[in-house]
Amino acid sequence: MFRNQYDTDVTTWSPAGRLFQVEYAMEAVKQGSAAIGLRSKTHVVLASVNKASSELSSHQKKIFKVDDHIGVAIAGLTADGRVLSRYMRNECINYSYTYESPLPVGRLVVQLADKAQVCTQRSWKRPYGVGLLVGGLDESGAHLYYNCPSGNYFEYQAFAIGSRSQAAKTYLERKFESFMDSSRENLIKDALFALRETLQGEKMTSSICTISILGAGEAFHVLDQETVQRLINEFEIVGEEPPADEAAAPDAEAAAEAATEGAAPDQGAAPMDI
Amino acid sequence: MMHLADSAPVTNNLLGSEADSQRTMYPYVTGTSVIGIKYKDGILFAADMGGSYGSTLRYKSVERLKSVGKHSVIGASGEISDFQEIMRYLDELILYDNMWDDGNSLGPKQVHNYLTRVMYNRRNMFNPLWNSLVLGGIKNGQKYLGTVSMIGVNYEDDHVATGFGNHLARPILRDEWHENLTYEEGVKLLEKCMRVLLYRDRSAVNKLQIAKITDEGFTLSEPYSLKTFWDFNAFNNPTLGAEGSW
Repeated sequence: MFRNQYDTDVTTWSPAGRLFQVEYAMEAVKQGSAAIGLRSKTHVVLASVNKASSELSSHQKKIFKVDDHIGVAIAGLTADGRVLSRYMRNECINYSYTYESPLPVGRLVVQLADKAQVCTQRSWKRPYGVGLLVGGLDESGAHLYYNCPSGNYFEYQAFAIGSRSQAAKTYLERKFESFMDSSRENLIKDALFALRETLQGEKMTSSICTISILGAGEAFHVLDQETVQRLINEFEIVGEEPPADEAAAPDAEAAAEAATEGAAPDQGAAPMDI
Repeated sequence: MMHLADSAPVTNNLLGSEADSQRTMYPYVTGTSVIGIKYKDGILFAADMGGSYGSTLRYKSVERLKSVGKHSVIGASGEISDFQEIMRYLDELILYDNMWDDGNSLGPKQVHNYLTRVMYNRRNMFNPLWNSLVLGGIKNGQKYLGTVSMIGVNYEDDHVATGFGNHLARPILRDEWHENLTYEEGVKLLEKCMRVLLYRDRSAVNKLQIAKITDEGFTLSEPYSLKTFWDFNAFNNPTLGAEGSW
């Protein structure tokens, strides 16, 4: 994208019918470190890459618990993400207080989207520079949504945002059809594999990633480092290839399958995120 | 009407509403008891159709049982105009809920909690909605029955009642209610309670409705009357034994 004479204000249309400031905001999302979400009928997994600005500093928190039944992973301006998480938590807690019931995710997501839209139509505001993967559980099952700075929102079976997310998306596109009936464990495994794709050969350890899960009978929580490392070891030992077939067999022991495959792993670079 | 001493106008604003004339001090047209019970397929409610004006049984076709959305029923005792106000709140609540059009809907538990918030907040402003409400329903097979009062007291139970119903009906229900009552058994039980109330509650009128809510939906019966028995010797010869009376 290049600078042009229509990109100074969010309230200025370009002749082609574009709002450049909004598009620039979406660029900010692409610059953030990756965040991934996938869902089955009963569970949603949110995962993110922990990028620290330097070796000396800690990494920024990118996954937030919004309520027992809703979690959010962000990519982009984490400060904007924090503020929106606070808004979401507030909405959930107010709803719970009035109705003694969890706020349906679909409704929260619409409120969030409407809030983002406001910033695209006020000359004294700027769009939020953060993309949100909202995972939640309600009466109609588990859901995963993506909220854009533009004020749009979409529901997904699986999605990835942030830098090098295309690699993860390619992986997810291959496997997503099996997710709906996936077991909890396989969903987490797929999240780890998708996350690994975004690391582009970097060594995958539990310190570089955060995994969180929510589901029927399981409140949203972030998995502790020990558990994550154990899971990473489980499939790393088995081989580079992810479990071949997951649709039919619940919790199929990946070891048995990989042993018979014996194929050399493809370590070629994934397509660059343009 | 009620003999509340008219005090001098309050000058401070600590007690809420600007003009005292805007605050509910006492009720005018009131409904008496409402009873609700859980039964096998859902919830049953009974309430008579009386609207008393103090000690006068003035209005005899007041519907005190109303449906709320697809899953709930509300019954009200107390000030009828406040009940109508509550219905406006609830109708608006359900309207906005329906407008989402997203497969989610407010169930009886949510409506009950919402009402509790409304009643309690009004009580805190010293401007109560002068009602005792029974709220019940069934959603996805889950039955729910609760009550809220004008001061915000709320609880759930297998059988609830308002006003005199608490004193006259609930003892009967404690003895004779059980899970898996059939519809016929439930109605019979409610009628037994309503009959006692008819004999003993001076604000009761002999014209009642039964409301039912199940997963299939809401029904409200046509108004009908209970048979009563007055042929007691003491009533036939009321002055027997009262020397000098006629």
